[in-house]
Amino acid sequence: MSALSISDAEKAWGDVRALAGVSLTVPTGSLVAVLGPSGCGKTTLLRCVAGLERLDAGRIAVDGRDVAGPRTHVPTHRRRIALVPQEGALFPHLSVADNVGYGLDRATRRSGRIAEVLALVGLDGYGDRMPHQLSGGQQQRVALARALAPRPSLILLDEPFSALDAGLRADLRRDVRAALRADGATAVLVTHDQGEALSLADEVAVMRDGRVVQMGTPTSVYRTPADPWVAAFVGEAVLLPGTAHQGRAQTPIGTAPILPTAADEAPTPVTVLIRPEQLDLTAAHRAAPGAVTATVLRRDFHGHDTLTVVRLADGTELAARSLDGAEHHGPGSEVALKIRDTVLAWPRQRG
Amino acid sequence: MLAATVAVVVALIPLAYLAIRTVEAGWPAIRTELTNPRVADLAARSLALAAVVTAGCVALGVGTAFLVTRTDLPARRLFTILAALPLAVPTYIAAFTWVSTITGFEGFWASALVLTLCSYPYVFLPVAAALHRADPAQEEVSRSLGRGAWTTFTSVTLPQIRPAIAGGALLVALYVLSDFGAVAILRTDTFTRAVFIAFDLGFDRTGALVLSTVLVALTVLLLAGETLSRRRGARYARVGAGARRPHSPARLRALRWPAAAALTAVAALAFGVPAANLARRLAAGVSRPGSLPEIATAAGNSLTVSLGGAALTMLLALPIGLLAARAPGVLANGLERLSYLTHALPGIVIGLSLVFFGINVAYPLYQSVWLLTFAYAALFLPLAVAAVAGAAAQAPPVLEEAARSLGRRPAAVFATVTLPLTLPGIAAGAAMVFLTCMKELPATLLLRPTGMDTLATELWTHTSVAAYAGAAPYAALLVLLSAIPTWVLAARTGLLQQEGDQ
Repeated sequence: MSALSISDAEKAWGDVRALAGVSLTVPTGSLVAVLGPSGCGKTTLLRCVAGLERLDAGRIAVDGRDVAGPRTHVPTHRRRIALVPQEGALFPHLSVADNVGYGLDRATRRSGRIAEVLALVGLDGYGDRMPHQLSGGQQQRVALARALAPRPSLILLDEPFSALDAGLRADLRRDVRAALRADGATAVLVTHDQGEALSLADEVAVMRDGRVVQMGTPTSVYRTPADPWVAAFVGEAVLLPGTAHQGRAQTPIGTAPILPTAADEAPTPVTVLIRPEQLDLTAAHRAAPGAVTATVLRRDFHGHDTLTVVRLADGTELAARSLDGAEHHGPGSEVALKIRDTVLAWPRQRG
Repeated sequence: MLAATVAVVVALIPLAYLAIRTVEAGWPAIRTELTNPRVADLAARSLALAAVVTAGCVALGVGTAFLVTRTDLPARRLFTILAALPLAVPTYIAAFTWVSTITGFEGFWASALVLTLCSYPYVFLPVAAALHRADPAQEEVSRSLGRGAWTTFTSVTLPQIRPAIAGGALLVALYVLSDFGAVAILRTDTFTRAVFIAFDLGFDRTGALVLSTVLVALTVLLLAGETLSRRRGARYARVGAGARRPHSPARLRALRWPAAAALTAVAALAFGVPAANLARRLAAGVSRPGSLPEIATAAGNSLTVSLGGAALTMLLALPIGLLAARAPGVLANGLERLSYLTHALPGIVIGLSLVFFGINVAYPLYQSVWLLTFAYAALFLPLAVAAVAGAAAQAPPVLEEAARSLGRRPAAVFATVTLPLTLPGIAAGAAMVFLTCMKELPATLLLRPTGMDTLATELWTHTSVAAYAGAAPYAALLVLLSAIPTWVLAARTGLLQQEGDQ
């Protein structure tokens, strides 16, 4: 059974359609990330699911029970959906233990559940502290523990890591996922950070202009994006014009097999997606016969890998990623390009 | 929303009624009053007094603020408290102590001196807070780019504290225009005193009304002028995050002790004169037979009417304040302006308008405590609204949303989250209103039921017949009561928690 199922949800603010028919299913026990640029409607979706806003049309069901529909609007406190807002929003007048125990009845509060969830988020023994004595990351952990404590049907995380610095964020992400798993919780994470969505979620729903444009595992969203926009939004993308013919794509930098294979007998104009890590660079003098040469514009060294930006003879600029230890090509040097693996292609819009 | 609208309408009754009555008097009567050379004379004197006092307060306030926040002045913390203390002395008490210390102390310059000494904290407190908050890094950058200390102060520091200075100066100017007690005791003819005399002695209804209207017009002009200048001025904010370092104090060197001596002298004049005088008068005055029951009755009356006033004010302020905090924007801006009106709307005008309102419209209320309570509400509503809005900001909606998502019913959320977070602020606001009601003089004089005396009116009665010893106990009690909100104000600016004090 799915913990959350949304069908054709619509919501408008005046003339702006924040949700233009969103459908989304979240299986019980999974972590789904709703990924989209700011203004795509993801926060509105979250607030509608939580019951803080009313839908204009469509349905929302939690654990198979309708909570929002044409004639239903279950108030927030009866939905069993716990929120983790952006800045945590801990109750400043309550201790950590009282914050975590806020959603529990008296019996459960004494059953040791508070200590249990605090241990899950790595804050054993912090129960007596007050929120202002905690760091930003610790506050977010408490906010998560508070949401986990009543074992809600669903936990909604609203960009919970955006206020933290990068180092802290990676640790917290890992721990949040571990805590959600350990407690068997179902969660929806709203974020505009593709790295966060891809590394954390079981499934990613990409939203644009009030619609879910693609939903799938992080791997499938990255490897087989639904369209060029998704491709560029979830990662770095080199998009080139080309021609598809008999399972191969012809591009300005050579040919490569297309995935999935389209049985095109006649050549079709396409847009080809190549990820920077699919491009091999070699020094021009060791180029394989027929390889395309280019000039290196600049190198961005990241330690674990290097992004090299090159320019083709026709002026097209491309980025290629190579792991550290591969050959170095300084700016100005001539290199040869080769596509590794299969590539993805979409029929090009005419006109 | 409805409740808020009702509250605003109720609060606007006195002003609206003043306008109606003035128009009713008819153009010819108004013109006769307005063309009276006395009106021009009053206007010139009132504005001149406001200008002189404001200039004095800015000089004194900014100077003191700079000395206590940015220099190695000895005993800075003590001087901070001393500079805030004059707020605790109602102007009519300060005036009374001066006039009973120096015979023949009256007139324009006497009023200017007393009002300056009483109201320079209105400039000092915001400017000191702004200087304390300003990022030292900006000044350091200016110095590192080759600007000297003085150029840095005028080009970097001054623009940052300019809004604080302007805000404080506006408060002072409005306060001077609306002040009644000090100018009346020091026999300086300004609008407020003229209104009172016209009404109290001459029963000159049209005269009093027209003078009141001109006074309100002057006030509105001042407010409008300030709004215009504010629109031109940019907003100054600290760019970027990161912890702010404390300022390294400027070294005064040889001027260190002279500066301390100057501040001591100001404090002695502002607070020492009233305190010493009251102590001396008290020693002589309490022994007067039968004075204690009288004081007790007056204190009881003060407590009752102030409690009623505070209760009604808070009742009206709650819906407006909550609405303002939850739906910011135009309304919130309007309310900020309104809070200036607390100081701007002269108590004498509100009192006078309500006297006529009572006689003509709500006769059952006339000569009752209710009308006085109502006057307090009209006068101090903005103060209370600001307090409620500030308190409501302590419980942002996201907290309530999180609480509801954890399965608590809205009523439970209100009781466990909203109320505990907002109550302290609301209670503090109620206390402020209560103590301000205790100090209020002109509206109380006009509206109290015959025969009922409060601390403030007893003081007034005794002073007006030069029975200074008899007035002293009332003055002392009032100063003690007023010291409390002053302490709260000073503590809120964070100045008392400065690090690096000596």
